Amino acid sequence: MPDETPDTTANQAPLRPEAEVLAEARRRSRRSFIGLGLAGLAGLGGWKWLISQPEDDGIPRPLRKVLDANGRLSHAYYKQTRLAPEFARSRARTPRKNGTYGLKSELDPATWRMRVQGYGTSNVQEFTLADVQAMPKVEMVTELKCIEGWSVVVHWAGARFSDFLAKYPLATRSGQPLDPRNPPADLAPYAGIVTPDGKYYVGLDMDTVLHPQTLLCYEMNGKPLTPEHGAPLRLVTPLKYGIKHLKRIGTIAFTDTRPKDLWAEMGYDWDSGH
Amino acid sequence: MKQLVEKHPLAIRWFHWVNFPVLSLMIWSGLWIYWANDVYRLGWGNTTLLKFFPQSFYEAFNIPFQLAKGMSWHFVLMWVFFLNGLLYVLYTLFSGEWRYLLPTRHSFKEAIQVVLHDLGMSKKPLPVRKFNGAQQIAYTSVILMGVGSVLSGLAIYKPVQFAWLTQLLGGYEFARIIHFALTIGYVLFFVVHIAQVVRAGWNNFRAMVAGFEIVEVDPTTHEIKSGPTSGPAADASLSSTK
Repeated sequence: MPDETPDTTANQAPLRPEAEVLAEARRRSRRSFIGLGLAGLAGLGGWKWLISQPEDDGIPRPLRKVLDANGRLSHAYYKQTRLAPEFARSRARTPRKNGTYGLKSELDPATWRMRVQGYGTSNVQEFTLADVQAMPKVEMVTELKCIEGWSVVVHWAGARFSDFLAKYPLATRSGQPLDPRNPPADLAPYAGIVTPDGKYYVGLDMDTVLHPQTLLCYEMNGKPLTPEHGAPLRLVTPLKYGIKHLKRIGTIAFTDTRPKDLWAEMGYDWDSGH
Repeated sequence: MKQLVEKHPLAIRWFHWVNFPVLSLMIWSGLWIYWANDVYRLGWGNTTLLKFFPQSFYEAFNIPFQLAKGMSWHFVLMWVFFLNGLLYVLYTLFSGEWRYLLPTRHSFKEAIQVVLHDLGMSKKPLPVRKFNGAQQIAYTSVILMGVGSVLSGLAIYKPVQFAWLTQLLGGYEFARIIHFALTIGYVLFFVVHIAQVVRAGWNNFRAMVAGFEIVEVDPTTHEIKSGPTSGPAADASLSSTK
């Protein structure tokens, strides 16, 4: 600029002596590097503390607490009206079997019964497959998502769990019939489902049980379930990972506390919800 | 004459150094999760150029059979990663630091010049600024990648509650691919970043720890003659001369 005088230093703070600058640089460097080192050690210490905490079902207790808090948070956000996407039937495939927990004993389809214990009672009611099939048949083509990370589109058919509980009011303390859209106050908070041999068991929150896409399922891809896929009756819910899709339902019970869950005991998230 | 120039504010240094171990642990626990369904590869048909990942890699980093542990760590640390990133973005917005970080319409041309210079194919001196065009693009992209990781993570973590998001990202399986690809992106970013930090030297590295750089200033004009890596600092206290 033409009107600018060469000496613009008048408006500026004078430069500091170099020795002073370098001394400050050394002081600040030392302080900052020691600070970063200490922060690193503190982080390492925190990590050591974390992994040394007593385990709660396979993972350190603080981690378990955060997983449970995540579960409560997603529950607060959960809405019954949000549905898992459905797909064209032509995309349906047969899922991997992925394990035989709870399926190893012999099963006689003729004598099989689903045993359901009423909430707050010791009364157990037994149901045949025909009882379940007598309810409205619901078909859906949804994505089965395995906790391992793969997923597959499957065409399921069965009765809505909520229809079953509306017809057989076993999940309320008073034994009142149940409207899934307007659940009564005395509804059980949890349901536990166990295979006949007791070797595989899952716990479900009631929101999931009453979701319109949660099925007591007896058909897969248009055919009755095969034994390795959970004949005669299995649970299907796109609201949860595959680990909760219990095959070969034996007993259902309604509880006030979280029912035990096989995979949660092995370090997985109890909620495992989508 | 050597003078001190402030470069990185304390908050940004904290965000940076918190993110480093947290993102590392996110990647590690992510590998524990990915291992359980390790289907991705680079290649076509029956030709595989690179499998993610070779068995030797898994064994070297103790990856196999840790899915449950991996998920528990991942879903705890995701909060730290998310909050630290969010605070960083808010800080840059409110402090005005975003002005140095956001690319301008000149950044892309400049970035090409920087790349050519760094590859030794151009002798033109680099722009003397806090962040050059290549840095602006890199540091803004990596934040967008972070946003992408959070969103694609949410899309595969809660694919029913956030079904709209999962659909938007191309479905459950594609969202998982995005999540994985972004992670590979961080690793590539890290490699280039470390190489550049080594190149740039001690003065530049110290600035990310202690906040300042030492620059050579002309005693009469107060002009910065050689900012070892970069010029005008955030407070511009020493660089107001034309």
